[in-house]
Amino acid sequence: MTTWNEYVEKSGTVPEWPYPIRYDKENEITADVLILGGGVAGCHASISAARKGAKVVLTETGHAKRSGSGGAGVDHWHGACTNPCSKVTPEDYTKAIMECAHGYSDGIARYIICKEGWDTLLECEEMGVQIRDVKDEFKGADFRDEETKLMFAYDYKSRHVIRVWGYNIKPCLYNEMKRLGVGIYNRVVITSLLTEGGKQGGRVEGATGVNTRTGEFYVFKSKATIITSGGATRLFSFAPEVTAAGSMANMNSAGTGHAIGWNAGAEFVLMEQTGPGRLTGFGYAPYSMGNTSNTYHGTPIVDANGKEVPWFDPYGRELKTVKERFLPSPEQKFQLGIGIGLYYYLKQYVLNDLVRDLPERIRSGEFALPLYADLTRLPELERRVIFGMMVGNEGKTRIPIYDQFTKAGFDPDKDMLQASVMLPESYQNSNFWGGNPIPHMRSLAGGGLLVDWDLRTSLEGLYAAGSAPIFGGGCHGEAHTTGRYAGRKAASYARTVGEPVIDRKQVEVEKRRIYAPLKQNKNGVGWKELNYAISRVMQDYCGKYKNERTLNLGLRLLKELKENEAATAYASNPHELGRTLECFSLITFGELVMHASLARKCSSVYLDFYRLDYPQMDPPEWEKLLPIRQEENRVKVRELPLDFNLKPPYASSYEENYKLHAK
Amino acid sequence: MSNKVYMTPNPMTPNKGQKFNPKICNGCNLCVEVCPTDVMMPNPKKKSPPIVLYPEECWFCAACIEECPRPGAITMAHPLNQNISVNWKRKETGKYFRIGMKNPPPPNNRPPSG
Repeated sequence: MTTWNEYVEKSGTVPEWPYPIRYDKENEITADVLILGGGVAGCHASISAARKGAKVVLTETGHAKRSGSGGAGVDHWHGACTNPCSKVTPEDYTKAIMECAHGYSDGIARYIICKEGWDTLLECEEMGVQIRDVKDEFKGADFRDEETKLMFAYDYKSRHVIRVWGYNIKPCLYNEMKRLGVGIYNRVVITSLLTEGGKQGGRVEGATGVNTRTGEFYVFKSKATIITSGGATRLFSFAPEVTAAGSMANMNSAGTGHAIGWNAGAEFVLMEQTGPGRLTGFGYAPYSMGNTSNTYHGTPIVDANGKEVPWFDPYGRELKTVKERFLPSPEQKFQLGIGIGLYYYLKQYVLNDLVRDLPERIRSGEFALPLYADLTRLPELERRVIFGMMVGNEGKTRIPIYDQFTKAGFDPDKDMLQASVMLPESYQNSNFWGGNPIPHMRSLAGGGLLVDWDLRTSLEGLYAAGSAPIFGGGCHGEAHTTGRYAGRKAASYARTVGEPVIDRKQVEVEKRRIYAPLKQNKNGVGWKELNYAISRVMQDYCGKYKNERTLNLGLRLLKELKENEAATAYASNPHELGRTLECFSLITFGELVMHASLARKCSSVYLDFYRLDYPQMDPPEWEKLLPIRQEENRVKVRELPLDFNLKPPYASSYEENYKLHAK
Repeated sequence: MSNKVYMTPNPMTPNKGQKFNPKICNGCNLCVEVCPTDVMMPNPKKKSPPIVLYPEECWFCAACIEECPRPGAITMAHPLNQNISVNWKRKETGKYFRIGMKNPPPPNNRPPSG
């Protein structure tokens, strides 16, 4: 008996809900630091704040032991610039990122990430994560430093990306949190921020939430709050029966942090930036198909006849040996890795790659499909580090890929793993398991809450960290690092303020809103159908090409959903209730993206942003940030120069600002 | 072929994210506790494997298997649209293989690094 259908058929009864139902039960929890979202950022923030002596409460939609996009493991750690073998300074790294992003990223988060990333990784080592080749499995490899036993990925000369055995990184963080006495509230969907006097834009005093197993209500009161929630793939791409296995983020990523921040009046930037749908979930299970990107970087690709696809450096030189694939060109200072929240790489920082016109060569018949990843062409240690170490520690690979494949007989010493069979143009990106990109299913990219050098948002008492929530967020290691930083900042701030004061009226209104789906007519729409409708509106009205009319029509339709179908949506149990409330957050998130898109009246190659009514590409007068927020429920937009964080009131260099603010 | 047929909706998809071996699983529910997306529910019958209630919310992270104290109690298989896509060719012989094929080759027992 495994599935619900089998149980019902065998027993002849529908099983009762297995958890005690406690609708309307109200719990009041007080904290010095309240952390909303138990992914790697939130967990590291909890540890950091607790070590500063703060009373910490963490809330998590799932279970913090393995939750979040980083919960299933990690194989490499970007931007560890201060590690003993690194030839890249934090200043150079930050400069590189900002140049590649054409200024459209946040130097604050980026600098913190590469200044403290290595220290953060060392803390993970203390918590039980293996970050060195202690068993000497890779002795003698090009990518290994004999003295420190650190192993490097992508650029073996510059050594700023470290390979880590991170399959158990989340449980290690979780155990440390428990040891430090962090109050962990699992199975809680956060539904709103509580503000001073219940006012939009007021100081943040706490949050509300509901338990997805028991349905009980939570009022969290806090001196400082940190948003460390996930992104929202469900906003544009929703078809879980097909996509859940192929997704890089799980169902809980519903943009809760963005929605509650927007509703509370916090300021956001670059929410209009999106990416072409490469990782919509409609591709293949991560790392499951032959490819040569990211974890598989450097893997030889051959065609159906065994002919190898050549490698080139960014300056058009063919790379004849495997060794060269992992070295920067003479023109380059160093190479940046993949997956760091950068959508555009300048030549001087981009990785070596397969020949750049592979799609044309497939069309012409030079290379015959299907392609294969032929790991047998690699030296033993390169082969093993890719399939065995990286695949084996990266998220969702230890059991779903390494274990499943090897049990089925796959042997990288003997076998060639087939690449996905796709449209020729889809082979332009070496990450073949992403499948054919789906341009109208945008992925959210780059934008987030606007933060200062304390990682504080525009709202007093509210901080943000992680990958998705903040402007300038990166990948796994970056999420830990900003979490750690925000945790200590929030703890310091909490020592300076008095007890939080909750506006009871704000709580009552929220409580009514939260429980409404349980009280609707059973014919009300269910959460999945509602989510399908939300993503339909986003795909059509907020896709790759936008104009003022279609954006406003999209806003009108989201409002229609909010006031009609969402207002009468029905949830039959606490789990469905949580998912339905997440849909309400998705609608809010969609509105934020559309408003931000309306504000940018130009097109931009760097933001993958195209206005049919303002086709001019990156005119100089629009090269700026457009911070956006709500004030008395009206959208307000202002302007900020791209380098605002190096202008008054800040100092003029990253180093100086860090010295002034980082403690 | 049974003549006792019921009105049931189409099988949920994915049909079975996780498969439980009732001979090994003792219903400790540690997997239920740790699942990030709360896909499984405790079985009303004590000491029985959990009920997979929300298979379409399964992220295939295998946290359940990592947490399970009894090897073999849970096995995970990607949905068929995924497994049918994972193909490989043995270089020496040109033979084709896939996950979930009939008469699979002998397993490769090499453990992961670390």
